[in-house]
Amino acid sequence: MPDLSEPVLEELRHLFTARALSGETMVLNMGPQHPSTHGVLRLIVELDGETVIRAIPDIGFLHTGIEKNMESKTYIKALVMTDRLDYLNNIGNNLVYCLAIEKLMETKVPERANVLRVLMAELQRIASHLVWLGTHSIDLAAMSMLLYCFRERDYIMDIFEMVSGQRMMTTYIRPGGVWRDVPAGFTEVVENFINYLPAKLDDYERLLTNNPIFKQRTQGVGYISAEDAVKWNLAGPSLRGSGVNFDVRKAMPYSGYEQYEFDVPLETGGDVYARYRCRMREFRESLKICRQALDKLKTTKGPFITNDRKVAPPPRSELGTSMEALIHHFKLWTEGFTPPKGEVYAATESPRGELGVYLVSDGTPKPARVHFRQPSFANLQPLNYMSENHLVADLVAIIGSVDIVLGDIDR
Amino acid sequence: MLNPEHVKKTVAALKEKFPETVQEVSEFRGETTVNVAKAAIAEVCRFLRDDAALDYNVLTDLAAVDYSPEEPRFGVSYILFSMSKMARLRLKVLVPEEDPEVPTVTNVYINADWYEREAWDMMGIKFAGHPDLRRLLMPADWEGHPHRKDYPLGYEEVQFSFNWREIDAKKPYAKE
Amino acid sequence: MGLEQKLGNMGVITMTLEQAVNWGRTNAMWPMLFGLACCAMEMIAAQSSNYDVSRFGMELMRASPRQSDLMIVAGRVTRKMAPVLRRLYDQMPDPKWVVAMGDCASSGGIFNNYAIVQGVDEIVPVDVYISGCPPRPENLIYGIMKLHEKVRQEKITKWK
Ligand code: SF4
Repeated sequence: MPDLSEPVLEELRHLFTARALSGETMVLNMGPQHPSTHGVLRLIVELDGETVIRAIPDIGFLHTGIEKNMESKTYIKALVMTDRLDYLNNIGNNLVYCLAIEKLMETKVPERANVLRVLMAELQRIASHLVWLGTHSIDLAAMSMLLYCFRERDYIMDIFEMVSGQRMMTTYIRPGGVWRDVPAGFTEVVENFINYLPAKLDDYERLLTNNPIFKQRTQGVGYISAEDAVKWNLAGPSLRGSGVNFDVRKAMPYSGYEQYEFDVPLETGGDVYARYRCRMREFRESLKICRQALDKLKTTKGPFITNDRKVAPPPRSELGTSMEALIHHFKLWTEGFTPPKGEVYAATESPRGELGVYLVSDGTPKPARVHFRQPSFANLQPLNYMSENHLVADLVAIIGSVDIVLGDIDR
Repeated sequence: MLNPEHVKKTVAALKEKFPETVQEVSEFRGETTVNVAKAAIAEVCRFLRDDAALDYNVLTDLAAVDYSPEEPRFGVSYILFSMSKMARLRLKVLVPEEDPEVPTVTNVYINADWYEREAWDMMGIKFAGHPDLRRLLMPADWEGHPHRKDYPLGYEEVQFSFNWREIDAKKPYAKE
Repeated sequence: MGLEQKLGNMGVITMTLEQAVNWGRTNAMWPMLFGLACCAMEMIAAQSSNYDVSRFGMELMRASPRQSDLMIVAGRVTRKMAPVLRRLYDQMPDPKWVVAMGDCASSGGIFNNYAIVQGVDEIVPVDVYISGCPPRPENLIYGIMKLHEKVRQEKITKWK
């Protein structure tokens, strides 16, 4: 086993103040196996007593090589890899990748598919925020929240399982539409959930929002001004918690988000508490979108995936009777489709912020380069800046509040 | 909604301000890419950010691409965004293999820091003037730059029942 | 344990002791809180209200390897993480067990590439492999049941 400690100090010397080298302050390693780093994040922290002077993240402990691996698969087969990027936002990852492919291929997505996409993406947002709420509050010693939040999350997982057969890695959204139509009884289940959650959210808010301990630990902690948030290119609720009104769903609507009525929650505090408030309100906005999408789903009929046989496989029922369909099916799954040469960038709003994919096609059935613009990556970068002169305990709160997912950062 | 007019305006302004460095402007699927001479990238970025009429205040993404076997081999794409004008513009510099060095834009957009480190780590493109160009994702003692096309994916043979024994004998199982 | 050296030939009591200790070990396992990737979400789900592994005596997830005897490797192990994982394993006190949760930990899963260790058994010895990407919480519980079976059959001569 290589010795982890030795070469490190020499290389990292420039990251710390001179006081660290004289032994006046302490350089501490935190992670990669640490309960409050939300995965395998390693922080190198310089401490003066209990005050954080520097907090340098060291990432890559979950670097999976997904981007490179996707280059070796056809466009449609690479889709399963996107699920595993940001594992709290699987549907959203599928969505952004499919949007990029559709942009490249100029595919039209049927209306019903768009409604389903929005509905699923918003459910996923709620699930992701639930996990965030649970883990964030467990960091701040509100243990029972985790149990509550995961109870609610399981409802959503059940819905996903109902439509796709898998709880997490659904690969439900495909280029040109969605994998299949929703099963019977779907609308009732989602309706039940939408009616069930608000009361629970009220409970959580009662537990946390005005809780003096929670407030003390979050208010004024991890402050970042609107100007700096833009400069550091924070994304999602972390940005909106500083009062910058930017949401990809509103700014550059995709999948028909412009037809839904919702607000973008804004807070001006810029601290951990503001980000918390922002996400709590986003829950309700997402529920609002879900409700509208569900109504829309009842009225929009039609295909759930495009009829373009270059992009989407023919339905199973046709395979037995139509030679054409069989050929298309065979070609699509062996060779895939060939987009024209070019580069596109597609963006969506993931629960953590702007999730984009930069897709380069060289005119072969395999992508030449896929690069994900990951919101957690952007949100973690200013950690050092945000945690300066805070206590170690606050560091935990700050990491929780920007809601990082290591799979998202390291890819 | 994105504002394509502003992008057109930007391209015109860029062409006027930097007649030599702006090499090629292409449009694909409604997205504009401006190829910029390598040496001038930081300058161009600074102009785009500081000019109040253009106001590209955000660097959304920075990605290095390996175009081999084309020449020049590498490209670095800068995806800029203007929050006030709602416009997205892509700058691209082409980087030859012999001299994979690009001026850093960290002093224009601070968040370029990690993106450039990632590009160095994964693609082996150096960013001159970067304050802290270490590997970002791979271990510090890793050799090679994994995202280059000539770097093997590291494919390991899959075990089936007919070749189970052969491969199993080679597998490094851990001891207590 | 240390106890077995003191006992000598005590025939029938040895059997009961073996059973008694094994029973004790199965019903108070302290897993280490060691979530690496996506599978960790399902591990947490298994911990929390709907699935509740504390029914099997493991409600305490310890963050420190020194206090735990079961390592659930939940997620993909990268080459960068591998030395850390081995170090954590070495820090765990005996007796210790490892569960490889998910395809990635078992065999590399869909990531057959430069960054991922093709199965955590290359680094630490694994007792139970759980398939699935990610395994459902029930799957995890089933795997833990299998581990319990294994532990129950452990022989006194092999005790550490
Ligand atoms: S087995 Fe699947 S869910 Fe588990 S870590 Fe691997 S990719 Fe993620």
